[in-house]
Formats: sequence, structure tokens, C-alpha cells
Amino acid sequence: MRLEKPAGFPIGTAILSVIALFSLPIFIIRYLYGLGAISNLSDGRPWGLWISFDLYSGVALAAGGFTLAGAVYIFNRKKYYPVVRPAILTAFLGYQLVILALLVDVGQPWYLWHAIIYWNIHSPLFEVAVCVMTYTAVLALEFSPAVFERLNWHIPLKAIRAIQIPLVITGVVLSTLHQSSLGTMLLMMPNSLSALWYTPILPLLFLFSAVAVGPAMAIFESTLSTKVFGHKLSLDILAGLGKVIPYILGLYLLLKIIDLMVAGELGLAFSWSPYSLLWWAEIIIGVILPIILFSLPNVRQSRNLLFWTAILVIIGLIINRFNVSLLALEPRPGTSYFPHWMEFAISAGLIADALLIFMAANRVLPIMHHETTAQSVLKVSKVLERA
Amino acid sequence: MTTAVLCDVNRCIGCRGCQVACKQWNEHDEFIPTKENAVKSTNQGSYENPPQLSARTWTKIRFTELEYGGKLRWVFTKLQCMHCEHPACATACPVGALQKIPDGPVTYDEGKCIGCRYCMVACPFAIPTFEWDKPIPWIRKCTFCTTPGLDRLAQGWEPACVKTCPTDALQFGDREELISEAKKRIAASPGRYVNHIYGENEVGGTSWLYISPVPFDKLGFPKLGSQPVTVDAERAMGAVLPVLVGVAAAMSGVYWLIQRRQSVKALKQDSEIKGENK
Repeated sequence: MRLEKPAGFPIGTAILSVIALFSLPIFIIRYLYGLGAISNLSDGRPWGLWISFDLYSGVALAAGGFTLAGAVYIFNRKKYYPVVRPAILTAFLGYQLVILALLVDVGQPWYLWHAIIYWNIHSPLFEVAVCVMTYTAVLALEFSPAVFERLNWHIPLKAIRAIQIPLVITGVVLSTLHQSSLGTMLLMMPNSLSALWYTPILPLLFLFSAVAVGPAMAIFESTLSTKVFGHKLSLDILAGLGKVIPYILGLYLLLKIIDLMVAGELGLAFSWSPYSLLWWAEIIIGVILPIILFSLPNVRQSRNLLFWTAILVIIGLIINRFNVSLLALEPRPGTSYFPHWMEFAISAGLIADALLIFMAANRVLPIMHHETTAQSVLKVSKVLERA
Repeated sequence: MTTAVLCDVNRCIGCRGCQVACKQWNEHDEFIPTKENAVKSTNQGSYENPPQLSARTWTKIRFTELEYGGKLRWVFTKLQCMHCEHPACATACPVGALQKIPDGPVTYDEGKCIGCRYCMVACPFAIPTFEWDKPIPWIRKCTFCTTPGLDRLAQGWEPACVKTCPTDALQFGDREELISEAKKRIAASPGRYVNHIYGENEVGGTSWLYISPVPFDKLGFPKLGSQPVTVDAERAMGAVLPVLVGVAAAMSGVYWLIQRRQSVKALKQDSEIKGENK
């Protein structure tokens, strides 16, 4: 099955390639002269843009992989079958991005494998490391059918199909664990994280916000694919995804408010400070507005409005992850931090890499036009059910 | 017995001998500002130098100017790793490079460290530092003189900074004994000390203890509760196994239920179709 339409804008591809290539020399500078040469990180602010954006936001934005796989394969929502494969590809690339970013950020990336042999089971970061490593492998397996289909390898295809359900369940379990333990990591900082965010239920809030952003990312990426590659996904699927989000976000908002009330710190949100501003920014942009908009039937009838509302959820999540891991986390006294341009360049380069691979995969592998195969599979299975 | 150091702020004269001794013992002496080393100390507008702890300065004396007892005075406080009883860094470290050993020190193992810097973010005293200018960077902090190969404690010696202190402002010994010694000093001259042993209870207790003539928050010591900062994270980590089993069971259950309901439905439809055919 070959694509009829030549995919992608050549200019877009060219720009992405330039951004990706531009980050290469910066990688080299880092390995020759150390992290100080390419970043504004310091003892007072040891984690910066890469951790907040590439790790914290990146992992959450890859949540579409496990939420959609779970919805389709476990909860039997077959309607969403066409978005599973692109969601899994996005997640797979997302996790590779995280690992690439860690190759820059971590001081001794050549020892990352130490997490496999030296266990500190009390460390939330150990849990994240183990889950991210295993989940990346699970995602590779979940995505492998696209490759095997393309190569017409029937035996491995059958093997993967046979373990599909255990694989999806493993993915859901691993994601539940590490999405939440990214929140657990911050529980070590009760003195430096602002009380507006610090709560013992932070892991739960992390999980809920990740689950909510999963369908939003699916809307976002499939709308973009429609624009770039021209595979039109039925509006019914997009509207369905949009309809779920208010429920999850509503629960998330409720948890957040009740938690602040129980802690007696709701007043902080209503007293003027840069923190309360950041708090309202993430709540209004990423939670309240999307709950309202996705609940309106005419928003769900418009591809454009669905797309932009999904973007609100995504931006809100990114603000939240920046808040908890950077902006509302006090640096050491006397430290200020704004990312070095080379930090931005590395992050931009990594995103460009992911987009280029995504576009290449779309050309070579059955990703989007998988919908037609899925529909035929559905028809066949319906016929079989009748027979 | 856990070892500890009692730092009596009243006795410190700010000579910074401890800073030099630390660098000499830990082979950082090439960073001591002398003509031979060609290291210049920069003017910070104060005798306090260097301005902060770094990968090459594991301990330093902080100079605080303030008024008490009707006089403007200098108060000198020694900064270094506090060697917590429940160290956040050791819980944070994914590979266990930082460890609290029963003797008291929080040790660091270069052979395990991956350079993730979680310890630096987690430390409530803002102590661990990082070699930002090195292509192969390590975490650096006071090891209580237990660095392998430079281990003074294993020899039964006191740490280099304590050894060098000319005024006995630093006293090395058993933690419990030092706490009662501190209490004795406070009781003996209540006018010279505030009634607070910093480190006795802070974040569950530390191996470095301080007594001072002024409240500690005025000397830049962070105000911390007596609960270890690791409590919430440890509770959440305790839920990992139950969550793992629970989620796996729930997902399998949901899958099984839905599949079963569908096959029942298919069977019913089947029999209905057969019935219609008859």
C-alpha cells in the first residue's frame, strides 16, 4: 500500500532538518566542555528547561499511547482504532526524545544503565527510570506491527498479535506508575515547592492530567496529520475524544480544589502573587476553558474548534509541568535562571528530530491510512460474528 | 554510636582554616588562592570568600553582620553537608550513589553516580554541587572525610576541618553526647546562646549540630520542621507495588468482562437468527 499523495511540505521538512542539524554541534560542545558551556544551569538551579519541557512535559504528552491503547484494546472502544497507531508512534517517539534529552542533561549519560544494576527502590526517580526503559520497549513492540505489515512478515506479526492484550495491560500499568511517580519525585521538595502545588496527592494529580492530555494529543496530532498528509479522520472520532476530556479534567479540577481546601491553602490562589498568577494560568487555560468548550456540541462539530481546544489542554499541561518543576520551585538563595539559547536549541532540535521521524514513518509505514485496514478488519469481524 | 560534629558559633573566629584544610585533605588544594596556584580570589565586597559552596569548596564560613547585645557583630557559621539522619539526597538518588552509613556520614560513590542531580534539587540545605565545567562531571559535597582513599574516619581520625579548628569551635564525637554537651553549654550561659540546637530535630535530625547566640534564621539557616522531607515520597513509593498489582488486575478484569459480555451477546444474536430461520 503506497500513499498516493506526496506527503509533507518540502519547505517544512527543510526547516526541520536545519533545526535538527543545528543542535548537533551543541551536543558536541557539551561533551567537550561540560554542561556549563551550553546551559545556564547552576548549583542553585540544577534542573531547567530540559527537565521541565523534555522530561516532565514530554512524558505527559506521550500519554496518548497508553490511554488510547487502553481504550481500544481493553475497554473495547473500537471506534478509536484508527488513532491508536499514530498515538503509539507519537508516544514511542516521545519517549525516545526523553531519553535523547537525558543524554544531554544527565552528567554521565554513558552510565544511565547503572539504573539497571544499582537499585535504590526508595527513589521515585529509580521507578521512573525503570518504567521509562521498559515502557519504551513495550511501545516498540506495540508499534512493531506497522513495520511487520510493511515488510509482510507474517510470523512476527502473529506473535505480536498473540501477546497484544498482555502488552497493552503492561503499558497501562507502567504508564500509571511512572506518570504518577514523576509527581512523587516532587514530594521530596516540601520546602521549596510552593504550597499551591505541593500536596501528598501530587502523584494522583499527575496521573489524571496525563490521562486527560492523552486524547487531546490524539486530536492535535491527527488534525495536523490531516493538514500535512491529507488523511481525513472521521469527525465522529475526534468529537468522541473531545467529549471524554471534560470528565477527566472535571475530576482533576475537583481533586485539586478539594485538596487545597483540606490543606486550608485555597486562599493562596486568591492572594496576589506571581505563583497565584501561574496557578490560574494553568487552571483557566488547561482545565476550565477546555471543560466548557469540549462540552459545547458546536465545538465538537468543528474540526477547527476541536483542534484549538485540544491545544488549550496541551498548553495548560505544559504550564502545569513547568510550574511544578521550575517556576514554583524555589531555587537556592541568590540564584536566577533563564535558559541559555543553546538549551532552547537542543530542545528544538529534538522536537524537529521527532517530527521528521514521524513524517518519514508516515510515508514509509502504514500509520494513518491504517484506518481503511481497520475498517475492513471491523467489517470482517462483524461478518464473522454474524456467521 | 553515630558520629557528629558540634559547631559552637560563639567560638568561631572566622579564620577559615577549615576551608583550607578541607581543600588540602580532599586534594583540591590547587584551588586555594595563592600565587603559586595562580588562582585569584575575587573581591566580593566581604571577607567571605568564595561566595558559595561549589564542586571545589565543600565547606565555607558564612559571614553575617548583625546587631545583638547592643553591639554590631560578625557571626561566623560553617556551611557543609549536614549529614542528615534521613537524608533526602540518599532517598532521591536512583542508583544509591549517596548513602547514609550507620556511623553517621552520608557517603558518595562515584562509581554509581549518573549525574542526574536529583540530590541537588532534593537537599533541603542546598548542599550538593556539580562539576558544571567538566565533560565528565560528578556530584561534589562534604563526605565527612569518608571519600575512599581519603577516609579519615576509617582511621579513627576526626574530619580535617575539625582537626584544624584552632578555637575548638568544632567538636567531633558521639551525637547523643554532643547534644547533651550543647545543652550543658546553653544551660551554663543562657545569655550567650539561644535555646535551640540546630540539627537536633531539623528534618528528623542531622549529624552536624549548631549552637548560636542569635536565632538561626538570622544566620541564613533554612527554617525546617522536625519531619524528614522524605516522608511523603516514601509513603507514595510504598503504594507502588499495590498500584502495580491493582491496575494490572483491574485492567485484566475489565478486559475479561467486556469480552465475555460480547461473546454472550454474540451467542444470543446467534440463537435469535437461528430462531428466525426456523
